[in-house]
Amino acid sequence: MKLQKATRCALFAILELASGQDRQLSANEIAEKYGISTNHLAKVLRSLGRVGLVEAVRGAGGGYRFSGNRRRTTLLDIIQLFETIDPIRNGEREDGDDTAEGKGLCQVLMEIEDTARATFASITLDTMIKLVEKHR
Amino acid sequence: MANPQARQSERKPTVRLAKATDIPQVIAIDTENTGLSKAEYWEDLFERYNNRSNDMDDDAQPKSVKRYRFFLVACDGDTVLGFIIGEVRAWEFGSPPCGWIFAVGVRNNIRQGGVGHTLLEALNDRLRKAGVSKVRTMLARDDTLIMSFFRSQGMMAGPFIQFEKDL
Repeated sequence: MKLQKATRCALFAILELASGQDRQLSANEIAEKYGISTNHLAKVLRSLGRVGLVEAVRGAGGGYRFSGNRRRTTLLDIIQLFETIDPIRNGEREDGDDTAEGKGLCQVLMEIEDTARATFASITLDTMIKLVEKHR
Repeated sequence: MANPQARQSERKPTVRLAKATDIPQVIAIDTENTGLSKAEYWEDLFERYNNRSNDMDDDAQPKSVKRYRFFLVACDGDTVLGFIIGEVRAWEFGSPPCGWIFAVGVRNNIRQGGVGHTLLEALNDRLRKAGVSKVRTMLARDDTLIMSFFRSQGMMAGPFIQFEKDL
């Protein structure tokens, strides 16, 4: 499974900002660490700001900080802001889907979508940050 | 955010094998959490897990006991705060002996207060003493609350997959 670039940027930014109490970082600092475009990241951060997950800190030494709840926000909450991980479950249709073969294929793909959704929905930022720590 | 009422009980609860007198409270917790009252089910589980005469040993000496089934409760005095049930299962489709958890419940008003964590650790300790080094469980895919709990305790998807069909 592959996540879109904006989704990965959002997850990296959130995990970075939420990893410490009142942690404050600039878009440049985050972009540099993950090798992503600052402009692209700035757009993603604005989207995260609109839903209250990050807030911009103005002035010298400003940047962004996490303003959500680590124990309540799941990976799915963030991913869904940028992409749909279960398009078939959400009614997206493709050519051939109305044939018996297409219906069978959709059933198999939905099984995979449901598992992916359950995985992302059950991992909070708090849990994910603990998982990240194990890799340090 | 943590449940504010959860903070009321700062003391770490006592965890022990469930007794017959605990079962009405276990039933009440399960009913509160699931919306379904299953008194017979819980009474039967208690009989099978904790009330068998040949292994009704003192939980305080688990090392001396060949116990492999555990129906535990977390208590504050006489009040049952939560419960957990697990056992050692072996060789199901080639799986070497491992611990299995198949029920856990905590009073709704003290969730996120650490009772579930205490129960799981207590069960894991007993399973380790019973000789296994891995613990598993199976959950409904849409039960994100309980799935998040197990995830928060470090559990990840394992190598087995669940199947079913209509009969």
